[in-house]
Amino acid sequence: MNPEKILLAHGSGGKITHRLIREVFLEAFRNELLEKLTDSAVFHVDQGKLAYTTDAYVVDPIFFPGGDIGRLAVCGTVNDLAMSGAKPLYLSAGFIIEEGFGLAELKIILRSMREAADEAGVKIICGDTKVVPKGSADKIFITTSGLGLIPAGIEISPQQIMVGDNVIISGTIGEHGIAILSQREGLKFSSNISSDVAPLNHLVASMLDVAGNGIHVLRDPTRGGVTTTLNEFVQGAAFGIKIYEDKIPIIDGVQGACELLGLDPLYVANEGKLVAVVSRDFVQAVLSSIQRNSLGVNARVIGEVVEEPKGIVSLVTRIGGTRIVGMLTGEQLPRIC
Amino acid sequence: MRYLDEFQNPKIAQGLIKAIEGLVDRKIVLMEVCGTHTVAIFKHGLRRLFPTSLKLLSGPGCPVCVTPTQNIDAAIWLSKQKEVVLTTFGDMMRVPGATGSLEKQRAEGADIRVVYSVLDALELAKTNPAKKVVFLGVGFETTSPSIASAIYTANHEVINNFWVYVCHKLVPPAMRALLESGEARIDGFICPGHVSTIIGSLPYEFIAGEFGVPCVISGFEPLDILQSVYMLLNQIKEKRAEVQVQYSRCVKPEGNEKALSKFNEVFEPADSNWRGIGVIPGSGLRIRQEYSRYDASLHFEVPTHQVTEEKSGCICGEILRGIATPLVCPLFGKACTPEEPVGACMVSSEGTCAAYYKDGGIIE
Repeated sequence: MNPEKILLAHGSGGKITHRLIREVFLEAFRNELLEKLTDSAVFHVDQGKLAYTTDAYVVDPIFFPGGDIGRLAVCGTVNDLAMSGAKPLYLSAGFIIEEGFGLAELKIILRSMREAADEAGVKIICGDTKVVPKGSADKIFITTSGLGLIPAGIEISPQQIMVGDNVIISGTIGEHGIAILSQREGLKFSSNISSDVAPLNHLVASMLDVAGNGIHVLRDPTRGGVTTTLNEFVQGAAFGIKIYEDKIPIIDGVQGACELLGLDPLYVANEGKLVAVVSRDFVQAVLSSIQRNSLGVNARVIGEVVEEPKGIVSLVTRIGGTRIVGMLTGEQLPRIC
Repeated sequence: MRYLDEFQNPKIAQGLIKAIEGLVDRKIVLMEVCGTHTVAIFKHGLRRLFPTSLKLLSGPGCPVCVTPTQNIDAAIWLSKQKEVVLTTFGDMMRVPGATGSLEKQRAEGADIRVVYSVLDALELAKTNPAKKVVFLGVGFETTSPSIASAIYTANHEVINNFWVYVCHKLVPPAMRALLESGEARIDGFICPGHVSTIIGSLPYEFIAGEFGVPCVISGFEPLDILQSVYMLLNQIKEKRAEVQVQYSRCVKPEGNEKALSKFNEVFEPADSNWRGIGVIPGSGLRIRQEYSRYDASLHFEVPTHQVTEEKSGCICGEILRGIATPLVCPLFGKACTPEEPVGACMVSSEGTCAAYYKDGGIIE
């Protein structure tokens, strides 16, 4: 028997759509809010500030070492909520599926979404599925939105950054980007590098527990890597950031792949790391709390917020030189000579 | 990490920098010919470690930058031909020609694909016999042997839907042209490492012999470059002019004989037009008669495109000849940025303007 495929009819809204939703999606994500299968999920919230975010996921390949598009779609949105200091509560999930996509693959993706949601302690409470003709989309695209609650008194934003603050990275950099690249057609190379994709909300909660507003800003350095994130902080600001090459944690495999491909690991994407700018008084406490979490054992202080040069991220190289590290421009491409 | 940490040892670096300071007693100008050296020098912040009277000039060693607009226009023309799949290295996609760029052409619907190796293009030809796969051959002696090898393989395996549009260039004739023009004062050359792994050190001998300018073939790690600068300064101090090999772990005087034999089997030297410099005798390549069926310019009868002047205000040409730096260009960082490049030196990651821009455009 041929493996079951997603058909255009699965997106028709008729009987077969309902079967797909009940037997596949609900089965994977089951919770008391989704179960009702009403037009919208209705829930109570405590008073306070809400954080709300959305992101679309189109990663290629959809399965990669360390994860898949489903895990990414949950973790990415959970992390965006967590970076504003919010406790993530609920996610929605929209699926655009190419006609002919394997039902078995879909089930694997949904299972990893459920697992990631359980890890993060969030529920997927509403969703939508569309099927498009073959060639109109590449296998599967997922959009997730997320709602989170910001605890009273927490104020995390680049405006809080002050000269003298320290910059912390929660672990080794560049693993997600290199794991994906190693699987790309025409560039396949064997490596044992896995994506770092993981939900960071518990890590953030533990940081907030020890430092509260001593944490001035948090961000997950995804596309564009650590450098692009740091540049976002300094743009138009009355301060600069100085980081030290020899303090940046990186595993040999990523360093080697970057050398080989002519990439700068500071610009390579992460999906399970955060950059924190922290008041000097709280640095040790925050660093220890990160390092106690299994996702943060390699956390390091990599630099500080400086008065001059303003608006610029500078890097002190291993041999003592200095260079300016700007925003990523265009795509990083392998060298040709 | 082995082979990286050793070449970035801060203690040894500091010792070399001290020694370099001791050897610079007047204004000295060194040219790094290769774009990969330019990138490495910026990446490790070396310029800021040198005494101010030691100037480093970037030379014409970025293959994307020296490819003239008429080659880009020809590639665009090729991509519009029926059944053609144009394959190229990624860096060429955004280079502006007179009639647009390959990136824009792809958005218009042309089948243009970025490949990481010419072998991917050959594979594409094998698996798509109904398509005409053309590879845009750009690069110096480092890449041309692999292109030669692909043509050789295509011939051997009788693959009849594969062609190369050859824009390849040779480094030593360009260095001769720079010296003969006498426009830029150059006290020493940091010679390309990758190119020299193929051609060896002998092709640079004329620079020391005829022009009395010291040469050191350098590796790409920070200590390689610092040591090469130190070796050049020593030659200058002792009034010697020799070709020395610092990158001896990879470069032999006679080069890579196996690669050279493939290269010579398929290619022969030809005059070539360099963006910003003009036609330099014997500085390019063409496919030999025996393999001419793989020459895209012959098979598709590529029309000779008008030689177009650089866009008004762009000084890429002067930068490539070492007589100006990006900082004096009126377009630099304003009308010309990596997002909206005007000149090729801003497009390529190895271009001088892109390197200056990435570094904040504040170095001198």
